[in-house]
Amino acid sequence: MTFSSTIARALALLLLLSAPLAAQENLRIIYLGMAGDPYYEPQPGYTGLSLRDRHRPLEGVRLGLRDTRIMGRALGLSFELEEVMTEPAGLAGSFDAIKSSGPLAILLDLPPELMVEVAQLSGPNALLLNIRDASDRWRGEDCAPNLLHTMPSEAMLSDALAQYLRALNWRDVLLLRGSSDADAERTKAVRRSAAKFGLRIVDERMFELTNDPRRRDHNNIALLTGGARYDVVWLVDDVGDFGRFVPYATQAPRPVVGSEGLVAHAWHWTFERYGAPQLNQRFDRLAGRQMSSADWAGWAAVKALAEASIQAGSAEPARIREALVSPELSVDLYKGVRGNFRSWSGQLRQPIVLATSDAVLAVAPITGFEHQTETLDTLGQDGMTSDCRR
Amino acid sequence: MRPCLISSPVLRALVVATASLLPFAGVACAQTGMAIVSDERGDTLSILSPDLQLVRTVETCARPRGVHFSADRSAFYVGCADDDAIAIYDTASLELTGRIRGVPAPETFDLHPDGRRLIVSNEEDAAASVIDIETGELLAEYFTGEEPEGVQVTPDGRLVFVASEAANLVHVIDLEADAVIADILVDTRPRRFALTPDGKELWVSAELAGIVDIIDVETLKLVGDVAFLPTGFRPEQVTPVDLEITADGLRAYVALGRANHVAVVDVPKRKVIDYVLVGSRAWGLALTADESRLYVANGLSDDVTVVDTRSLKALSSIPVGRVPYDILIDDR
Repeated sequence: MTFSSTIARALALLLLLSAPLAAQENLRIIYLGMAGDPYYEPQPGYTGLSLRDRHRPLEGVRLGLRDTRIMGRALGLSFELEEVMTEPAGLAGSFDAIKSSGPLAILLDLPPELMVEVAQLSGPNALLLNIRDASDRWRGEDCAPNLLHTMPSEAMLSDALAQYLRALNWRDVLLLRGSSDADAERTKAVRRSAAKFGLRIVDERMFELTNDPRRRDHNNIALLTGGARYDVVWLVDDVGDFGRFVPYATQAPRPVVGSEGLVAHAWHWTFERYGAPQLNQRFDRLAGRQMSSADWAGWAAVKALAEASIQAGSAEPARIREALVSPELSVDLYKGVRGNFRSWSGQLRQPIVLATSDAVLAVAPITGFEHQTETLDTLGQDGMTSDCRR
Repeated sequence: MRPCLISSPVLRALVVATASLLPFAGVACAQTGMAIVSDERGDTLSILSPDLQLVRTVETCARPRGVHFSADRSAFYVGCADDDAIAIYDTASLELTGRIRGVPAPETFDLHPDGRRLIVSNEEDAAASVIDIETGELLAEYFTGEEPEGVQVTPDGRLVFVASEAANLVHVIDLEADAVIADILVDTRPRRFALTPDGKELWVSAELAGIVDIIDVETLKLVGDVAFLPTGFRPEQVTPVDLEITADGLRAYVALGRANHVAVVDVPKRKVIDYVLVGSRAWGLALTADESRLYVANGLSDDVTVVDTRSLKALSSIPVGRVPYDILIDDR
């Protein structure tokens, strides 16, 4: 930031502290989730084993709110959070009530079908932040002018991993994928990332969760990973009940990345750099568990809103929104660089963390991958290639 | 010069006998010229001799970060972030002489000119606390933004500045009024401070903005800044942390973090004169008493680079413990 913009901020702050906003200004943030959302149901694999113990990112959002406490004293701005759990059938009603309360922003933690509905109900003036869904559709064909995303997209996650493989010169990839819709979408992202960064997909094979000996070429890991020469197995398995058996079981002694082994995340609890341990410890003390990527995305949404309010120097939602989408926005994401939102897709620019179960091996963009204007835009759909026409 | 503390009775008698022959009262102790480096991940203090060798490694507490001399420099304090304690060491012997416990996650601190009050930023508690260094008593606590880091007391002992990394604020505490009298908005991720010797300007590094903001101490307003960009680096790689201003107030040194350089700044002109290549993620800084050498803790290459301040070239880089954080030099 240059001095002139600092001055502008200081002036804006003076204005903020003077007449029109002499009193404390309350800015309301709504968290909108779905009651009984199956996404958060434990998914027992077998005899009480749950492979996906997902938590709502509410604690991440609350931590973000807690981090804004000082703004009340320092800037006369305070934030409040309202947590709304809507019934799927009652979304229209809930949404009307939310809109009439005049919130600054609505954080969306919703399944895709309700995301679609919210996009239709919201109108152009509501500010929506997607803190959950990584699907590329919301940054592409189904994007909306008032919809921002703090969760990184599938394209960003697979680009991060592709950069890493390319940097190590592990160029030949065996793509092993499941058959669900989520797997199909992620596979598409992997193919695109491989092409983008010059990896060769030597073969693409689909596994099946079955013990049927007639289907052994789809369920036997040795057969699934044999008969091809490759450097690395890129596994796509959204549910994870097959994938967890793949590492150390491949025909050739090759590492597994993607859904197992080395995984691309928005955040990781073992991240040691850029102040991350402080954020992880703050979260742990608040929530009594490790901070997940979803928690981080919730926290980052509030952090971005708070930073935009400061930079706007106003409690007026329209001005804050303008600051939020401005390329001048500078949010400390605890990932080492300043974050702001892509103008073409509403996606939060951010580094991606590549981690095993207990260590962060790298942070993408990997050194050496350059971009004509912004290194972070080597990850995900760039302006020229985006399908978003908003 | 600090008074010399000698434990051996024979030696003490000898010193007293010698001292009585001298025209002045009191005993002064020669400084060792040793540099004391806190190694954040190694849980050690690395001791460097004046001829730039690692001569000793002292096991210390968990996650030692900020270090600071006592008023007479006979002792120094180590912030033990993961032990919630401040350890007190004897400077000459490097022996642990005491601990102040119950200081939550101390990161950095500054000593009040009265030599008794230590003002500590408690990184995890969003607070700055004032501790009586002799009794260990908590005298006062002030609410800050999240992750307070740098602490700076003015030479008159009236004001304390505390930077909050997460809130982009510099808090101004008036110790006499016992209150936070201002919260100054600065650029992204403020870290450390340096005061000009006349006490008029406060320089604060803004790590993620890649600049140093300058605050006028009288009006508590931002009055300028200095931006850094060594050749071949992108702005996002420039992450200034520690900074030092020379005693004549003419020059500042700013460690540029991931840009692996130290910036040399003309203070009155607020202009960068030069960039000196050092190690990876240059972080903590210390100047020798004669200001001929600048010690730089390189957090990611586990070494300390010593820069000759006349030629502005590195003299040597000395391997130390894991993740060196801060440096003291026992030479005045």
